[in-house]
Amino acid sequence: MRLIPIVSGALALMAAAGAAMAQEAGSFDAKVNDIFASSTGWFVNLIFAPLPGTGGFPWIVVWLVSGAAIFTIYFRFIQFRAFGHAISLVKGDYSDPNDAGEVSHFQALATALSGTVGLGNIAGVAVAVGIGGPGATFWMIIAGLMGMASKFTECTLGVKYRNEYPDGTVSGGPMYYMTKGFKERGVGGGRFMAILFSIFCIGGSFGGGNMFQANQAHAQLVNVMGGPGSFLDGKGWITGIILAAIVFAVIIGGIKSIANVTEKVVPLMGVMYVGAALIVLIMNADKIGWAFGQIFEGAFTGLGVAGGMAGALIQGFRRAAFSNEAGVGSAAIAHSAVRTKEPVTEGTVSLLEPFIDTVVICTMTALVISISGALVIDPETGLYVVENGVIQTVNGVSGVELTSVAFAQGLSWFPYVLALAVLLFAFSTMISWSYYGLKAWTYLFGEGKTKELVYKLLFCFFVVVGAAAQLGAVIDFSDAMIFAMAVVNIIALYVLLPIAGREVRSYYDRLKSGQIRKFVAAE
Amino acid sequence: MTCILVGLDGSAAGERALAHAKALSRLIGDCELALAFVIDWSPYSFHTPEELAERHKRREREIDQARDYILAPAAKALEAEGFKVSTEVRHGDPAELLEAMAKAKGAEQIVIGRVGERGLRERIFGGVTGKLVAAATVPVTIIP
Repeated sequence: MRLIPIVSGALALMAAAGAAMAQEAGSFDAKVNDIFASSTGWFVNLIFAPLPGTGGFPWIVVWLVSGAAIFTIYFRFIQFRAFGHAISLVKGDYSDPNDAGEVSHFQALATALSGTVGLGNIAGVAVAVGIGGPGATFWMIIAGLMGMASKFTECTLGVKYRNEYPDGTVSGGPMYYMTKGFKERGVGGGRFMAILFSIFCIGGSFGGGNMFQANQAHAQLVNVMGGPGSFLDGKGWITGIILAAIVFAVIIGGIKSIANVTEKVVPLMGVMYVGAALIVLIMNADKIGWAFGQIFEGAFTGLGVAGGMAGALIQGFRRAAFSNEAGVGSAAIAHSAVRTKEPVTEGTVSLLEPFIDTVVICTMTALVISISGALVIDPETGLYVVENGVIQTVNGVSGVELTSVAFAQGLSWFPYVLALAVLLFAFSTMISWSYYGLKAWTYLFGEGKTKELVYKLLFCFFVVVGAAAQLGAVIDFSDAMIFAMAVVNIIALYVLLPIAGREVRSYYDRLKSGQIRKFVAAE
Repeated sequence: MTCILVGLDGSAAGERALAHAKALSRLIGDCELALAFVIDWSPYSFHTPEELAERHKRREREIDQARDYILAPAAKALEAEGFKVSTEVRHGDPAELLEAMAKAKGAEQIVIGRVGERGLRERIFGGVTGKLVAAATVPVTIIP
């Protein structure tokens, strides 16, 4: 969902478009940018540093993907073996009817999904396909499938080590499995890692989970309202203040109705998005075979994209890792509220998350872009026309606009729906991340009304900053924060793997032996 | 012994349903009144992470409120008048649960008010009563 390339791409675009406004606002932005870049640049460079000898493959992506591969092997392809069981759990087949009124598996999954499905699925994929070609789709799917095992591991542990307070509320997440789980294994450093994780999580919640979302929502609004020169162009603070007011109403004012409406509309939007993609695909049914051909051929040859096969692979892996947050640890916070005695059940349900986010939604975007013909192909060679490392597009568009243009070729009204989807996805992602950040904040500073209020006010403040300013460096930094979460989190997952393994074996043995069975409606 | 299940939701219509059930019970003689309160809830609804974290606490509170403010006072008054009473609070789909509770209790009849707490929406879409009438396996009496 968060991404560096699209930020820089969009910022470059906006900078070019809004040259006039850059005169005044630009000087302030530039100052903040400079200060931030000079003090945090080393951290960003460290997190996104390329692995030597890989042609620019960021080591953090290797870290996430290799973690996912190890969990996949350790749990013997749990994402395929338990897929049917996951759906059964979501349907409530294994839920005790006496627990009605508690958080269901479906609710936990839906809430976690509304935090991850966001701009990355729409704009990020366009950037990936724009650079890596249709072949990137193939690698994105592979990485999405492997990421399911990472989610499975972190969410199982998240539920196992969550805190249940006497007043009936729950609190879970990597900070709790780091402290409690490490203690159980007799490994030191759990507290230190939990603190580190919490710091990164707060940073990520202000940045990728907030400023980036506000920033892109504003960009898309301007886009729909007529682009450069339109009313909102260069007036990000208006978007920012309105967004911040709504966020304020929800997280501080406790106005549930707004959140409830969004939480209902967001899944609907997701379904509509996939539905629209399917319509475009059906309208171009004759080209589907060709598009899949492009995806497979592109995956192994690159079809002329920068870096060839490696270029496609880097973009695909990157997009998947950035979009579904598998291994980052945020999902462990989101899923831990579920009512279950068996942590493995929630882990199993959570593996559907990367599947829906990456394998379904991201792939739809990629397919629509590939099939739309928006990417320019040289008719002589059959290869994509690449300029400055990026595939040429029909009108020179990129990012969210590329997605918009691709859909518009099939459904002319779609850009408006897309703008609404972007706004709502951004908003629901912000609400989710405000909670993740708050959990990390209270872990560091303790619970308490005033302390929580301080965090929430800061959060609203950053909404305005994110929408108003073109703070590339700030957003780079917060992106880096989110992936820094993954560095700490995956180390913890390795340490706690034997404990998760024991839980998983015990649960699936009992499921197999019939000790755990479905609740059948009493007849 | 006969049993009549009465759906209560704190509304005036619920009160009227109870009054009717009392009259029936008197006529029958040896008859238990099973007071049921169903809190409308779906496992497929959507919530924010914060709401989910507090869900368990809220559920307890919802049950306590239904019990303390609606069911307990009603049961107490009925018992004082010499009726045999039982009470139950559940979360879920009201129509489905009223039917299931009637079955579990072996009730001869379900008595509910036509328009519950949800008012207008119920009038337009039929809501609980319509669904209950369509699916019930015992006679249903609807009190206007």
